[in-house]
Amino acid sequence: MNFVIPDFMPAVPEIVLLALASFILIADTVWSKRYVNATYYATQFTLLLVGVLILASFTTDTVVTFDQSFVRDAFADVLKIFIVIVSLGVFLFSREYLKQNDFYKGEFFTLGLFAILGMFVMVSSYNFITLFVGLEIMSLAMYAMIAMQRDSSKATEAAIKYFVLGALATGLLLYGLSMIYGATGSLTIPEVKAIVEAGKADSVVLAFGVVFIVIGLGFKLGAVPFHMWVPDVYHGSPTAVTLFIGAAPKIAAFAIVYRLLVDGLPGLVIDWQPLLIIMAVLSMVVGTVIAIAQTNFKRLLAYSGIAHIGFLLLGFIAATPEGYSAAMFYVLVYALTSVAAFGMIIALARTGFEFDEIKDFKGLNQRNPWLAAMMLIIMFSMAGIPPFIGFYAKLVVLQEVITAGFVWLAIVGVVTAVAGAFYYLRVVKVMYFDSAEVEGELKATTKEMAVAVSVFSLALLVLGLMPAWLMSVAYNSLLV
Amino acid sequence: MTFEQLIFYVLAGIAVIASLMMISVNNPVKAALWLVLAFIATAGVWITAQAEFLGIVLILVYAGAVMVLFLFVVMMLDINLVKLKEGFTRYLPIGVLASVAIFAMMYMVLGPAHFGLDKTGEPIKFSADHSNTTMLGLQLYTVHAYAFILAAVLLLVGIVAAIALTIRRRPTHEVLYQDIDKQVKVQAKDRFKMVKMKATKEEPIKKKKEDE
Repeated sequence: MNFVIPDFMPAVPEIVLLALASFILIADTVWSKRYVNATYYATQFTLLLVGVLILASFTTDTVVTFDQSFVRDAFADVLKIFIVIVSLGVFLFSREYLKQNDFYKGEFFTLGLFAILGMFVMVSSYNFITLFVGLEIMSLAMYAMIAMQRDSSKATEAAIKYFVLGALATGLLLYGLSMIYGATGSLTIPEVKAIVEAGKADSVVLAFGVVFIVIGLGFKLGAVPFHMWVPDVYHGSPTAVTLFIGAAPKIAAFAIVYRLLVDGLPGLVIDWQPLLIIMAVLSMVVGTVIAIAQTNFKRLLAYSGIAHIGFLLLGFIAATPEGYSAAMFYVLVYALTSVAAFGMIIALARTGFEFDEIKDFKGLNQRNPWLAAMMLIIMFSMAGIPPFIGFYAKLVVLQEVITAGFVWLAIVGVVTAVAGAFYYLRVVKVMYFDSAEVEGELKATTKEMAVAVSVFSLALLVLGLMPAWLMSVAYNSLLV
Repeated sequence: MTFEQLIFYVLAGIAVIASLMMISVNNPVKAALWLVLAFIATAGVWITAQAEFLGIVLILVYAGAVMVLFLFVVMMLDINLVKLKEGFTRYLPIGVLASVAIFAMMYMVLGPAHFGLDKTGEPIKFSADHSNTTMLGLQLYTVHAYAFILAAVLLLVGIVAAIALTIRRRPTHEVLYQDIDKQVKVQAKDRFKMVKMKATKEEPIKKKKEDE
């Protein structure tokens, strides 16, 4: 058997990330005593370096290495860069919050880096095994991050729920993958695609596998009816961790849906499209309706996240390259918006006061007009009101789903979007028209956070005024 | 029926019965032991399929290590079975209905109609000197090297997570920790202090009166 050393160059960002994460893991035991912030700065430096490495070697070709287990294309590179941007924001917000709540530990950052490595592996996977292992690396790190606040019974409950349901979802996904392997005899995504399209595989077994895969992915995305864990986990986790699990993992989950269903099983679109239609409609309706009744802001964002996943799935239902690009655009916008929204909660939280109830926002305009304006932008963008970027995200997925001939789905989407605007605008109303219960100015915890919240929120406005740029990024990375 | 088939059916039968017993017995320790039996029977099936390395690893790792650890955990925990079984009869009909439906569907898909020998072909028979270990090793360290390293990362994350969740540093006033940095940096003057005092004459201690 002759063995050729694989080409390591395409995977340099991952290799650097793994090496530095392992280094920080060890160095932290020394740093943590004397230089409290060293781990934080090293983490941010690592992310920046990885981002620069990806940009420097950005490629529009499809490069495959490691015996067809790893793929580097424009799609992977764009998603990785956004994962890096979002995570930089997440860690920036987390530091002060962790210190306030007395669980600032180096492990938070190293586990975070490992989770990001898992996401990178998922985004770049071209093989069922690496896809699955990447997913597990990410999930395992996130379970631990939630449970790290041991004194909080809510966080422990959230971690257990996430762990049990996550394990179940993993099992279902793995079972589905094993069926596809059984039918095609291959683990490599392009080979599976070729075998399925050549009609050489048993279609019944394939359909059976697809059902399990879609259910597993539904759990990971948090789509109805597999959404039960989302609100409890978002609510129970420390806000810094909610911020982490609510943003970048959605991008990674989108990536594996794309890799499995579009890259691997486009021949089975007839099988997975109806399943996605059911999930999308239920997610949009259930997410929106239940969000109306929420009083806790984190739960509200959780249910609104479920509704957003419904919209995201519309892009896949269209089953055209344009549709997938629209879905990609949607997930990027959602990740940015969600960092801004949870970042706002963290920026306003104080020790022992989470600032996560909607009533906490009462009269925010009197107490801090600037942050209230930023919150206004975030809420308008989430609701899909022009000229903010959230509007264009909804617009393109609806356009694509209409082009694909599902007018009724677009109608459901529009109706739920309008109903959804109610609970976003209620937050705006509470901020601007209710009088504050507590007098006095309310400042963000640190200047750094105020700046970061402003940057992320204003980005929603600026990108909304010039939507062509981000849209062309999403379109080019899939159509080229 | 060939001898090979006979062995397969015996082992598979043991595995199925042991699994059923595992989920139906009341005592968690007994359940764990039934699971060990199921592992051993499955390992036998693997060995008849000429995957002897996997079969032995299954016995060594799962039956030998994992289940022993698991037994320890089960014996340490005080599990209230009555509470766990609450609502069993209430959910039984739904559970039975769902599992029968799923079983029927799985049988239709996974049965001989789709996975029969005519579909998959007869497995390749290797000669007696064939080494399953070599074959696995070659695959694992060449084609799947990337996945293999990722699996190592996964284990690392598992260790970090477990330690981060269980280590509890108590405050220094409760427990004394060795601070190696401090111990290395320590100098004589930190430990040993010369105090100069004037010589004074001590008052003679008065003898206490000892009254009875």
